[in-house]
Amino acid sequence: MSAVAGAVVAPRLGLRGWLRWIWRQLTSMRTALLLLMLLAVAAVPGSVLPQRAQSPERVAQYLRENPGTGRWLDRFSLFDVYAGPWFAAIYLLLFISLVGCIIPRIGVHARAVRAAPPRVPRQFERFPVHESLTVDASPEEVIDAAVRALRGPWRALPRFRVRAGEGPGETRTIAAERGYLRETGNLVFHVALVGLLIAVAAGQFFSYRGQAIVVEGHGFANAVVDYDTFQPGTGFQPTSLVPFSLTLEKFTARFTTTGQPRDFQADVRVREPGRAEAGGTIRVNEPLLVGGAKVYLQGNGYAPNIEVRDAAGKLAFAGPVPFLPQDTVYTSRGVIKVPDVSTGQQLGFVGFLLPTAVVDTSGARSVYPQPLSPLLVLSVFTGDLGLDSGVPQNVYQLDSSRMKRLVGADGKPVTLFIEPGQTVQLPDGRGSLTFTALPRYVALDLRRDPALPWILVFALAALAGVTVSLFTPRRRLWVRVHRVDGRTVVAAAALARGDDLGLSAEVERVLVAIRGTGSAESSADGPTATA
Amino acid sequence: MEIGNLSTVLVWAAASSYTIALVAFSIDLARLADDPTRARGRKAVGIAMSTTILGLLLHGAGIVLRGIAAGRAPWANMYEFTLVGSFVAVAVFLVTQVRREVRFLGAIITGLAVLALGIALSVFYIAADGVQPALQSYWLLIHVSVATIAAGILTVAFAASVLQLLKDSRESGSPAVQPRFFRFLDALPTPRELEALAFRLNAIGFVLWTFTLIAGAIWAEHAWGRYWGWDPKEVWTFVVWVVYASYLHARTTRGWTGRRAAYFVLVGYACVLFNFTGVNLLFAGKHAYSGRPS
Repeated sequence: MSAVAGAVVAPRLGLRGWLRWIWRQLTSMRTALLLLMLLAVAAVPGSVLPQRAQSPERVAQYLRENPGTGRWLDRFSLFDVYAGPWFAAIYLLLFISLVGCIIPRIGVHARAVRAAPPRVPRQFERFPVHESLTVDASPEEVIDAAVRALRGPWRALPRFRVRAGEGPGETRTIAAERGYLRETGNLVFHVALVGLLIAVAAGQFFSYRGQAIVVEGHGFANAVVDYDTFQPGTGFQPTSLVPFSLTLEKFTARFTTTGQPRDFQADVRVREPGRAEAGGTIRVNEPLLVGGAKVYLQGNGYAPNIEVRDAAGKLAFAGPVPFLPQDTVYTSRGVIKVPDVSTGQQLGFVGFLLPTAVVDTSGARSVYPQPLSPLLVLSVFTGDLGLDSGVPQNVYQLDSSRMKRLVGADGKPVTLFIEPGQTVQLPDGRGSLTFTALPRYVALDLRRDPALPWILVFALAALAGVTVSLFTPRRRLWVRVHRVDGRTVVAAAALARGDDLGLSAEVERVLVAIRGTGSAESSADGPTATA
Repeated sequence: MEIGNLSTVLVWAAASSYTIALVAFSIDLARLADDPTRARGRKAVGIAMSTTILGLLLHGAGIVLRGIAAGRAPWANMYEFTLVGSFVAVAVFLVTQVRREVRFLGAIITGLAVLALGIALSVFYIAADGVQPALQSYWLLIHVSVATIAAGILTVAFAASVLQLLKDSRESGSPAVQPRFFRFLDALPTPRELEALAFRLNAIGFVLWTFTLIAGAIWAEHAWGRYWGWDPKEVWTFVVWVVYASYLHARTTRGWTGRRAAYFVLVGYACVLFNFTGVNLLFAGKHAYSGRPS
């Protein structure tokens, strides 16, 4: 076999050529479609696997239970899907593709909006809808009637853009087009999506969110140090916090007889700088607006008021301790840490608060969320709480590594059962604990996102754009008129983009107006409509 | 009898009525299969339409009484979502029939309605009651009703797309749809017309779904202090939105029209169903409103 001399040589594209090719590929509809599908698929794992942003504790649990696969899933940021690099890559490429597609189309559409409707075609028979009739009125009257019918009653927003012209001989024509709003809506929708993305990003940058637990009768001041947790955006300035303060006067909870929650309401007093003190209420669906931030009622529970006296009888601890509800009947878990004892070892208490306690042979449990017969059930630890080590501690957990659980004379661990108003003595003369009262607390979420109005505006613009775009019919309609034997012969044809049920009706509307000019008869071929 | 019980009885009656309609629609399709060009009166389809309308009236009365019994909008748990969603699907079918001949969709729509009501009554049922504080908002009225209506409309569009694919396969000679059973397909409109019908409905569904997303975000901002948090329900609502957006794009992309576009409808509707059932029952999220004890 002889060597082939003229092997096919692909034309060299060069760097510019390649870049242009890549850009053209990226901005093609096909790529946009693939990226959209990819986005849908990429969003799914975030609903199946626990996510750090939503439930970090479930992620930690997953990693403990599946150390092998968990590590690999984590490496591909499958526990932070929506903040992960590949999810961002998909939607950023999608938005670049979108911008690259939309910008040229804006130019094209701007020219199309100013352009005249397309010329009148020679043949009407090949159009899906065409019709003709003969009338006595003059061609001028017919053209006037048709133009009026096409433009519609509103001068500012004509139904059709109409161009009347003259054909060969004495023939008069009309070319009309409607549906420019279709592309306008389409462009508004896509531009609004870009705006939405930018607004959301800006919101993340400037916003802050913080959580604070406030017990009845106690207050909260809007400063970073007063929050239990605080998540500022990258562009957040601490000085932008309006220094308001807020006191929880009363918290009311209503439940059905079966313990289903029905209403939560926090009554607060708010002091804003430069304003008179005012009352306010926060409910689950009704956040309180104060100092530019919204205050949400996100949770509630009980914070038993505890007094602990040490072995010397000195008051070592006094105050409310928030207990975290674990279930629908508010079985609440909590920890009391007493580091400041004047003598002896530090004290720690771990246990449950039962709002409506029932004690039987199987133990103590709560049966109803309201505090009908509250009971504190606590275990006692002594030793070193580890608070001086400098390592930050969770206030809801007791580090018992350097502590010892107290046991009674029978060798069993000591469990204290305390009702409100009661005082119990700790074993071995280590002091006493008093359960003085049972106030409730609320978990408040405070948040400020300056981009919210913009996000709403862009979202609504997108909705309006897509609605207009999907439901505006795009139609072209032509009319040709000429004189035959002293009468006027009218022919009309129409074309629509895509499936259009209203096309025949649109032609009929114009023909009715023309018939209105004088006695008319339809020609034999009548209205036709083929799909 | 208690109002809540009366509502349940009416829903049972509606399900029975739809079952009769389903049988009658099927008989009509079978007869069309025997003689696709039949000009004679179609008696079965007349019975089917009147029992469907009767079913819809009973169904609607059942929903209204449910709302009265619970003292709130009757769409706050899975039983009620299913009730309202299937109601909307049947209503959309009947309303569309006023403007277009779509009685061929009847068997699928009433079939889905019977299935939905059956599952609702046997699996999802809970007694009428008030709702937890997070649901006490006028947004329940807006967000959930529009979401349910959108799901109902997308159901009818799905039925049209299924028939489009079957009909298209039969016309192109696919052996799977040649048996006698599929002869009713010959009496249906062309695949192009079915696709056009599906598109009109999907377009409405998409706009309503977009509204659902926005209304949901506004409500979430009020109730949970963030407009978007990638809660499983939010994720799947987003996925549904993106899949139907892909469908709309596919229709205008060369090489992706017709059959391929219809596949998007199947995937999209599967996501709608999963969003409604799977997300409520399988995932732990803030939208755990099945109303059933876990």
